[in-house]
Amino acid sequence: MSVLIFADQSEGHIRKSTYEALSYGAKVAELTGTVAEAIVLGPVLDSLSGLGKYGITKVHHVPDNGLEHMDARCYTAVIAEAVQQTGADTVIFSNNITGKAVAPRLSARLKAGLVAGAVSLPDLAGGFSVRRSVFSGKAYANVSIITPIRIITLNQNAYGIAESAGTAEVLNMTISSPASRLTFKSTSKVSGKVPLTEAEMVISGGRGLKGPEHWGLVEDLADLLGAATACSRAVADAHWRPHHEHVGQTGLAIAPNLYFAIGISGAIQHLAGVNRSKVIVVVNKDPEAPFFKAADYGIVGDAFEVMPKVIEAVRRLKAN
Amino acid sequence: MKILVCISKTPDTTAKIAFTDNNTKFASEGVQWIINPYDEWYALVRAIEMKEKDPTVQIQLVTVGGADADPIIRKALALGGDEAIRVDAEGQDSFFIASQIAGVAADGGFDLILTGKETIDHNGASIGGMVAELLDMDYVSLAVKLDMEQGKAVVTREIEGGEEICEAVLPLVVSCQKGMAEARIPNMRGIMAARSKPLKVVVPVPAASLTSIQSFELPLAKSGVKLISADHPEELVRLLHEEARII
Repeated sequence: MSVLIFADQSEGHIRKSTYEALSYGAKVAELTGTVAEAIVLGPVLDSLSGLGKYGITKVHHVPDNGLEHMDARCYTAVIAEAVQQTGADTVIFSNNITGKAVAPRLSARLKAGLVAGAVSLPDLAGGFSVRRSVFSGKAYANVSIITPIRIITLNQNAYGIAESAGTAEVLNMTISSPASRLTFKSTSKVSGKVPLTEAEMVISGGRGLKGPEHWGLVEDLADLLGAATACSRAVADAHWRPHHEHVGQTGLAIAPNLYFAIGISGAIQHLAGVNRSKVIVVVNKDPEAPFFKAADYGIVGDAFEVMPKVIEAVRRLKAN
Repeated sequence: MKILVCISKTPDTTAKIAFTDNNTKFASEGVQWIINPYDEWYALVRAIEMKEKDPTVQIQLVTVGGADADPIIRKALALGGDEAIRVDAEGQDSFFIASQIAGVAADGGFDLILTGKETIDHNGASIGGMVAELLDMDYVSLAVKLDMEQGKAVVTREIEGGEEICEAVLPLVVSCQKGMAEARIPNMRGIMAARSKPLKVVVPVPAASLTSIQSFELPLAKSGVKLISADHPEELVRLLHEEARII
């Protein structure tokens, strides 16, 4: 018995969402009286023994070059074999793009119950029950897994990273992956920016900003705070901003520590994408904007007057 | 080419979320039901667009649910599906539902199986991957673009912080999201035609559930917004720094 955590990497570097999954997995291992081990696929540049800091005792590394690109079928075959070799009874992924692609396949392959989008540690009283986010963040479901092997994908920003002293033993694992039938043609990344789903702070603009030429108000604040930028659906549909910045029911669902909404009224579909944020700030000139009901802090006022002052105050704060 | 589009019935995006029976059941009274937006706007409409380009494309719809799912599947037929199958069972968990879809797909000879990226009620994002595994098919998730080129599927998928283009051989399972197609509404001709399109009801295949929902909970209500005067926005920055301690 052990907890096996899938440590997702991108271009050789372990992802931030993985550190959350590792910390969570170590805690699950502690609760179930077993050890936490990690599995890493593909070539890596980071020190894997360093994952010991997150409570991992062993890191199983399958270094094959063929695993650089995520192919859910190949990843599933390799991880399923690793589960068998390590005797793991709980497998944990981040509920990121890779986790969403691979965990369901692994669940079907191993006939192992899956809780997707977990937001809590398991409750072990009378079974193995985990709380997950449902109805687009508007409710939670407590779901029990009734199979011997259990799979959990952890929502991003749902569990804090816990670091302490420790070194993990790194073991090379030889598992041959089936040949991928996918051919990867090209990859384009928005360089230098924080991925929206991993961002701790997000500054977002809506129709109240009146046009793309006013996005400096969003970007200046984001730059000062190291935040990612986002927008409402209306803004993406009007092509003021790219679609990948759209957060809401039909766009991305995010859960940053700070969601700062400027000129967004807060329709229920928008809230569905952001209501798991820890602190919500709303700046809107309409005091009746529904977003104020979901906000922690609000300013009723004209964004064009308010935001330059906010930016100036943040600049002063950062300068001190 | 044969395309199977997976359709799920979900509460309308503006439906009030509440629970009954000691918080074990969704309070469905008075709720407006819709086709899960990701299934409709992206998976189904993309399949229809492909059929408009190549009339030999056949679009089969599948849903798992009781007779109350029929209006939803009729609407999907009105948009442009050719025929539909409803597996007459209440979905228990995602593995049970995926097993039913795999059961329908197993001897259907489908080249493409399309799903929405997730449903807006259970948000599991699991059906596509599970169906692919059960049928040993390839799976490309979170696709924003899908085209056929010389018998192969060319898919643009979302990756963390960007996009990736890959080419896949058929058969293939694809989960679809924004970017795939533009939403459309059924026209009168489609609605009339849908009445006579075949909707076959089949019994479920034996399948296990791997999980079970114990209860639902609503999030704790926010304690209320703290309003700051528009004349002193610097006070907001002070509160975020000293009280919320996030900047």
